[in-house]
Amino acid sequence: MALAADGGAGVTGEVAVLGAGMHPWGKWGRGFVEYGVAAARAALADAGLEWREIGSIVGAATVRGGYPGYVSGATFAKALGWQGARVTSVYAACASGAQAVGTARAQILSGLADVVLVVGADAAPKGFFRPAGGERPDDPDWLRFRVLGATNPTYFGLYARRRIAVHGDSPADFAQVKVKNAAAGALNPNARYRTRVSAEEVAASPVVADPLRLLDICATSDGGAALVLSSMDFARRHGAARPVRIRAVSTVTPRFPNTVLDLPDIATDSWAAVAPPDATFRASIARAAYEEAGIGPEDLSLAEVYDLSTALELQWYEDLGLCGEGEGAKLLREGTTSLGGRIPVNASGGLASFGEAVPAQAIAQVCELTWQLRERAGDRQVAGARVGITANQGLFGHGSSVIAVR
Amino acid sequence: MSRTRTPVVDGWFTGAGDGFRLLGTRCTACGSVFFPREETHCRNPGCAGGALDEVPLSRRGRVWSFTDSRYRPPSPYVSDPELPWEPYALIAVELEAERIVVLGQAAPGVTVADLAVGMEVEVVPGVLHEDAETAWTTWHWRPTGVRA
Repeated sequence: MALAADGGAGVTGEVAVLGAGMHPWGKWGRGFVEYGVAAARAALADAGLEWREIGSIVGAATVRGGYPGYVSGATFAKALGWQGARVTSVYAACASGAQAVGTARAQILSGLADVVLVVGADAAPKGFFRPAGGERPDDPDWLRFRVLGATNPTYFGLYARRRIAVHGDSPADFAQVKVKNAAAGALNPNARYRTRVSAEEVAASPVVADPLRLLDICATSDGGAALVLSSMDFARRHGAARPVRIRAVSTVTPRFPNTVLDLPDIATDSWAAVAPPDATFRASIARAAYEEAGIGPEDLSLAEVYDLSTALELQWYEDLGLCGEGEGAKLLREGTTSLGGRIPVNASGGLASFGEAVPAQAIAQVCELTWQLRERAGDRQVAGARVGITANQGLFGHGSSVIAVR
Repeated sequence: MSRTRTPVVDGWFTGAGDGFRLLGTRCTACGSVFFPREETHCRNPGCAGGALDEVPLSRRGRVWSFTDSRYRPPSPYVSDPELPWEPYALIAVELEAERIVVLGQAAPGVTVADLAVGMEVEVVPGVLHEDAETAWTTWHWRPTGVRA
């Protein structure tokens, strides 16, 4: 399924993005439902649709809202007003949003629904994410805290130190990722942090998990994001002549043996009996998306990646094929991934500027692609944006990557 | 009154002194090694599945990466909130024979300044925390003094 020269003719298997909306990220101290409903209403308004016209709602779930969080689809539907829509709730940790988009797309492409509302929202605690309570030795997420005290930032620290040792990256390189993303986030009204940050400020912030400092690591935030997706036929009937289209949704698992220590694991798979696959899990996430879309990294105008830490953003450059293995810091230093560069990464400001609102995050990435591809991204607009990719990874083996085109 | 020594997780390690070992399992059909131990099914998708036998892991390995925890981790990690937080290092160690990377805390007193990727470390018995009746035991990684 190649990208047609005119951007649309003869393409099957695409869904249209009719609307995108967010509740701004922050630490607002209110419930996740309020953020999700605000985002949903914004996306519906953007699409020019009434909630009653929506045939299906898919909620990306949160583990932090109690029962209403687990059944987020129904929670949002009730808050918007029951209207009889097909309802689905999905959970895949940080990849929940991509699973919600993937579910909506499957319903549309199979003809089960014409127009679907996708919503994710979270209200995050202060400080480290922590596992659910109780004595649960069968849960790897519980065990890593109980046995090792291994918080999320310690895993980011391990990856960062490994890059320093293997690729020669430096803490100054990592700091430049924050400088770049903070500059973009300063231009985004939905971002939580909207001030520029200097390399000196990163270097002066306290170490959290050596070699990473506070300003290398993303915060935990409140926020909500929503999309209205439809069939191409519905979009045409609705008068959207040239909508942004989702061309690929990758939600793959790792392949055995997974040789990179992933959250929340205490050990990797063993590769004593079976040779490792030719691509790491993260690289395979993007590869599946490229194959489905029939494009390659050379076709991209921009990318939104999951910069849980500054060092991890550099890893994504390599995993997306924007550069060779170990060349991420060089790509950054050359300005290639900055606004105005050849392939801006995290034009939204990224997690560095948003902080993580887990189930909303992958949806928010697609919102940014939508605004960029419509050329409605204001001061952070990527000139001539035609093709964008998102990339993200959820705990327990959840890939997440979406390719959108216009 | 001496405290009872209780492993923080049953069956993950055994022995004392030089005989201390992490315990995994190995598939008798394909030879894949698992830590933490798999008890019922081999996770190799190309394996029809065999019995899983307990196997001690190599005592020594090389540092794949390392970091530390400068802030107090949340519960269920146990620490005394009355005492100032003492950071500890975490080491991810690659075991050559098993081709596996295993995370663990560094032995007390080992800091990130003492560590380098590729450095040889060995597994040693350690205490995670103590309460009135129990010393909760665990494994620690400690440099052997052999550098990469």
